[in-house]
Amino acid sequence: MSDLIQLLTADGVRVEHPDVAFSPDPSLLDTYGDEPGVLRALLRDMTLVRRFDVEATALQRHGELGLWPSSLGQEAAQIGAGRALAPGDYVFPTYRDHGIAWCRRIDPVDLLGVFRGTDHVGWDPEEKRYAPVTIVIGAHTLHAVGYALGALHDGAVGTGDASRDTAVLACFGDGATSQGDVNEAMVFAASYHVPVVFFLQNNHWAISEPVTRQSRIPLVQRAAGFGFPGYRVDGNDVLATYAVVQRALEHARTGQGPVLVEAVTYRMGAHTTTDDPTRYRTDDDLEVWRRRDPIDRLARYLRTTGGADDAWFAALEAEADELGADVRARCHALPDPSPLVSFDATYAEITPTLAAQRAEVAALLDGTEVAR
Amino acid sequence: MTTLTLAKALNAGLRRAMEQDGKVVLLGEDIGRLGGVFRITEGLQKDFGEQRVLDTPLAESGIVGTAVGLALRGYRPVVEIQFDGFVYPAYDQIVCQVAKLRTRSGGQRALPIVIRIPYGGGIGAVEHHSESPEAQFAHTPGLKVVTCSNPVDGYWMLQQAIAHDDPVVFLEPKRLYHSTRAELDPALEPGPLFASRVVRSGTDATLIAYGPTVQTCLAAADQAAEEGRSLEVVDLRTISPLDLGPVAESVRRTGRAVVVHEAHVSFGVGAEVAAAITEQCFFSLEAPVLRVCGYDTPYPLSRVEHEWLPTVDRVLDAVDRAVGF
Ligand SMILES: Cc1ncc(C[n+]2csc(CCOP(=O)(O)OP(=O)(O)O)c2C)c(N)n1
Repeated sequence: MSDLIQLLTADGVRVEHPDVAFSPDPSLLDTYGDEPGVLRALLRDMTLVRRFDVEATALQRHGELGLWPSSLGQEAAQIGAGRALAPGDYVFPTYRDHGIAWCRRIDPVDLLGVFRGTDHVGWDPEEKRYAPVTIVIGAHTLHAVGYALGALHDGAVGTGDASRDTAVLACFGDGATSQGDVNEAMVFAASYHVPVVFFLQNNHWAISEPVTRQSRIPLVQRAAGFGFPGYRVDGNDVLATYAVVQRALEHARTGQGPVLVEAVTYRMGAHTTTDDPTRYRTDDDLEVWRRRDPIDRLARYLRTTGGADDAWFAALEAEADELGADVRARCHALPDPSPLVSFDATYAEITPTLAAQRAEVAALLDGTEVAR
Repeated sequence: MTTLTLAKALNAGLRRAMEQDGKVVLLGEDIGRLGGVFRITEGLQKDFGEQRVLDTPLAESGIVGTAVGLALRGYRPVVEIQFDGFVYPAYDQIVCQVAKLRTRSGGQRALPIVIRIPYGGGIGAVEHHSESPEAQFAHTPGLKVVTCSNPVDGYWMLQQAIAHDDPVVFLEPKRLYHSTRAELDPALEPGPLFASRVVRSGTDATLIAYGPTVQTCLAAADQAAEEGRSLEVVDLRTISPLDLGPVAESVRRTGRAVVVHEAHVSFGVGAEVAAAITEQCFFSLEAPVLRVCGYDTPYPLSRVEHEWLPTVDRVLDAVDRAVGF
């Protein structure tokens, strides 16, 4: 299917799709009361994640982070996918998936360590069911397939027991689709019929290269070549993304094999804080996408339908301000690691050679004579 | 004469190589309109066109494998790997294909490919952006591995590598891109590519370095001089083939050698250099050849990288040990 699935237009109007409907999971309905409640929750997620991202970008500018990859503009794709996950599902993320991390209840400050150079992973991957971020493009899509294969062999797929069945979300970008690893991941996934959802955020750019450098055809069409279904969804439409990813995860979890979801979105900011997008893209292009903003459209829908009033929006704004201030303060307080951690974290048991090197560094740190 | 940074000197070197030989083509991620993430290819696509400066899909194995085919067709591809840690997806193509095709063709086919890799740490980067993979390539027969430590070498060595008929892994110390400047006289004739060079003379010990640590060793020699100690510094420049001539000559005079590099110490270039010095200078040595290198852990978190990289203090400490042996 390479037509674009949409349930909420850029103007904030709900539209129907013949195959896909927004039907929030009962647990979400339990938590948020009714559908407007769920929509407000999604808007809150997107708004707070955006504020966090803006704050992190500012922190980088102030020298508190070495680098920051912004998720600005991709909030609907990430919150849509993140909220569609069941508690037992497992995510293999990229460095830009702050919104999905948010949905896994990872403290946003814990995402900063990698970019501040204080930590490789600020959360417990098993507890959060969210793997450490991968910098090498596409490598983790194979890990996702292997994890899904393990779940399949463990009998944790298609049992009908919601607490047991597992799907795996493999996140990557349009640039990543050119990597051998991603293509091999799709071959393996199809071959073993594993419960993996390939979640492709087509944000139109791989640093300076437009998506047309990676593919002449809509990327979703690759799924057919590997032999599994693919959906192309408006990634700035949180309802459609939620609905499509929910369905894809269900497909995987129930033992029907892999799925590709291409969420068509746009990276509004720079690739990272070291990038200068004015060198390769035009303001016109940005303007087109600004009009498709994922947050604006849901806000507009909620306003016009009476799903949220001014007081609610004001409270959300205040909550975002509070989050921003909190992230700033706690980023400053992130402690530097001990230089000895990498010696202790290299092997299960430190080797004699490394133990000697560790002792040398420890002595240097203490200012004592190095024993040789 | 103009004063250039290493980044600008490499850019000028590429430009001149492309002007002189229409078969020189560049391939890499973001090297076109953006001019590369370090701007080493800045302006080249604009001036030479999209057929000579190819923005490639995001696939390192694809980039290097395609360069092999281009070379077989008579081109001289210059590949840019965006960062050291991203060369590994192309490792198979480099080690099994680029390095071995001459042998596989019974010596009939040349493979004039240059693989440029910004390498090394010290810039506060996230993981995979600070690696020193030289030993992995130097250990591979069929490849040549060189690195520059200053703008003048960068300018000339890059052109020489492009003109060379064997594949060359060309390592660019990224932390020196913008921090070193030098006067460049394009009319001056350069020395040979595969040659090491004494960059500071001294009498008490020889420091052997390459790429980013040459600057560290020069700083160490400055500091040692204040304390009345005279250190000689040799810039290896070529890692494979290793040019031991000037190194051995120096060590025979000073009697002491310290090898300094950022890459992990074990099984590294320092071990090779130390073994070679021991074989050639055994009767001149007053102390064992010492190494000051990165430790045998993955490159550490940037907040503590300064504790990991060879520092002036660590170099001087090694010199003390060599002298006091
Ligand atoms: C193997 C590898 N090559 C190059 C890079 C450098 N790099 C980091 S992000 C990026 C672009 C990725 O684009 P895409 O997959 O579309 O994801 P996006 O950043 O747009 O979310 C590149 C080239 C890398 N991290 N890994």
